[in-house]
Amino acid sequence: MSSEKIIEIKNLSKRFKKLVAVNNLNLNVYKGDVFGFLGPNGAGKSTTIRMLLTLIKPTSGSIKIFNKDLEQNRIEILSKVGAIVEKPDFYMYLTAYKNLEILAKTSGVDISKNKIMEMLEIVGLVARYNSKVKTFSHGMKQRLGIAQALVHDPELIILDEPTTGLDPQGMKEIRDLIVYLSKEKGKTVFLSSHILREIELIATRMIIINKGAAEVEGKVEDLLNIDKLKVKFEVNDSQRAFNIIERSNWKKNYLSTDNNYIIFEMEKMEIHELTKFFINNGIEISSVIPMRSLEDYFLKITEESSV
Amino acid sequence: MITLIIIELQKIFKKWRTYIGFIAIGILVPLAQWALYAEGLQGYQNMITRRLGDAFITGGSVLNGYLLAYIVLQGLYIHFPFLIVLVGGDLFSSEATAGTYRILLTRPITRSQVVISKFIAGLIYTGSLLLWLMILSFGISVLLFGSGALMVFIDKIYIFSSSDVLWRFLSAYSFAFISLSVVCTLAFLLSSLMENAIGPIITTMAVIVIFTILSFLPFEVLDKFRPYFFTTYLDEWKMFFTDPIDFTSIIKSGIILIGHIVGFYTITLIIFIKKDILS
Repeated sequence: MSSEKIIEIKNLSKRFKKLVAVNNLNLNVYKGDVFGFLGPNGAGKSTTIRMLLTLIKPTSGSIKIFNKDLEQNRIEILSKVGAIVEKPDFYMYLTAYKNLEILAKTSGVDISKNKIMEMLEIVGLVARYNSKVKTFSHGMKQRLGIAQALVHDPELIILDEPTTGLDPQGMKEIRDLIVYLSKEKGKTVFLSSHILREIELIATRMIIINKGAAEVEGKVEDLLNIDKLKVKFEVNDSQRAFNIIERSNWKKNYLSTDNNYIIFEMEKMEIHELTKFFINNGIEISSVIPMRSLEDYFLKITEESSV
Repeated sequence: MITLIIIELQKIFKKWRTYIGFIAIGILVPLAQWALYAEGLQGYQNMITRRLGDAFITGGSVLNGYLLAYIVLQGLYIHFPFLIVLVGGDLFSSEATAGTYRILLTRPITRSQVVISKFIAGLIYTGSLLLWLMILSFGISVLLFGSGALMVFIDKIYIFSSSDVLWRFLSAYSFAFISLSVVCTLAFLLSSLMENAIGPIITTMAVIVIFTILSFLPFEVLDKFRPYFFTTYLDEWKMFFTDPIDFTSIIKSGIILIGHIVGFYTITLIIFIKKDILS
């Protein structure tokens, strides 16, 4: 990973009257990152992205992109940024080709027909280049959204939940495309999502935000793998299992009991040993469910936000 | 900037609603020409001469292309703002409705450029619609019915010789362009405030109807307010068909209308630059 900062956000806040949408947010995105911007719905992801793209003005704080102040260098910065903000909307009465042509020209790029067709080829829409966008499905519009974000060959790509509403195959295609853009084309990608699994699959670094504030930030592999796992053992007699654990060295790993589940915190390699320990002591195990603490935490805040 | 204006024009002229105005004029003007030619002109001529009773005798027919063009312009001009706001009221709000603000404003262009390109595109649409009216009502009328002296009745009868008519029409159409540009800019302003196209269209028409009614209500108490209603000056183009022409009044009206255009445009610019794009 490069140490060159592509996005640097400091103490960023946005208030809408009494509602604090983003609260003192700090984050850094480095060159070549696929940066996962993770949070439950309503966490402030889209508001942050709108501020990154100057669609809304921050209440306080600063944003630097390509090491330049965004407000002072808006035009120069945006010429090197491609984005999808929430769902991709287009001029429905124009064809896919015409939409891309207009958007490329608006970006100051005198684009050739071949280049537009190449973009449509990448996103699998070349056969529909002459169809009006109003005839497109959501998935097709989403792919055209990716094409419009790439049409002026940006260095930084900001994608706000680009797989929303897609079928599993469509989601996979978009993820593959993001990985391709990062690895093969050397683009820096800022990817917002509310799906941890999606970030885990393609991001190199990530931040989790909740209620407008950052909760954790770091490398995805560090955040998701190094932490001790929470492991749920489903047993036939949880009281007897608990009594055995109480008298053993596993007591230090014990967290709680939930009906037939006994929950421990442990490293991955210890799961096998504890399983053997239960079996040797006559405890039958129906299932073993490992849960990473970050995943558990994320599920918790997601559930809270949906209540 | 030229690219942006071309793009805005493409957006306007790729929409079906843009052609409603052209189609309406394309149907109404030939219809009016036919009706006037078939039976209305004698009535019109009688109406004018009746006002002067026996003191005035006309020799031959006053029917010619100039008169037809004048009558059509006078008749359709009242309804022309309806056709202008169909597009003017849609310039910003269609972007908000469709969600395309998000892809447009994340491009390396300033918001001022967006506003000015939409504004100029709106004016070009207004001008092209007026040009269409001019071609049909003036061009075709003269082509079919020829030219000649023009007899009009405004506050009294004016008769202009054939050689004295063309510049009056061109001046009248030019002034009409300024008047209609005020309507377009008002719709443009309201369009920047609302997120659907119907709101600005209805609101602009409501403003025009209310101000027009207030302009004509015969109450002295309203007299001091009338100079501030832009609708008071919208039909000032007729003054080019008087003699002598009160150029001071025309210039004053023109300045007031251009002031309205500048005012509406400036408010739109300020609002749009400060606007948070949440749609």
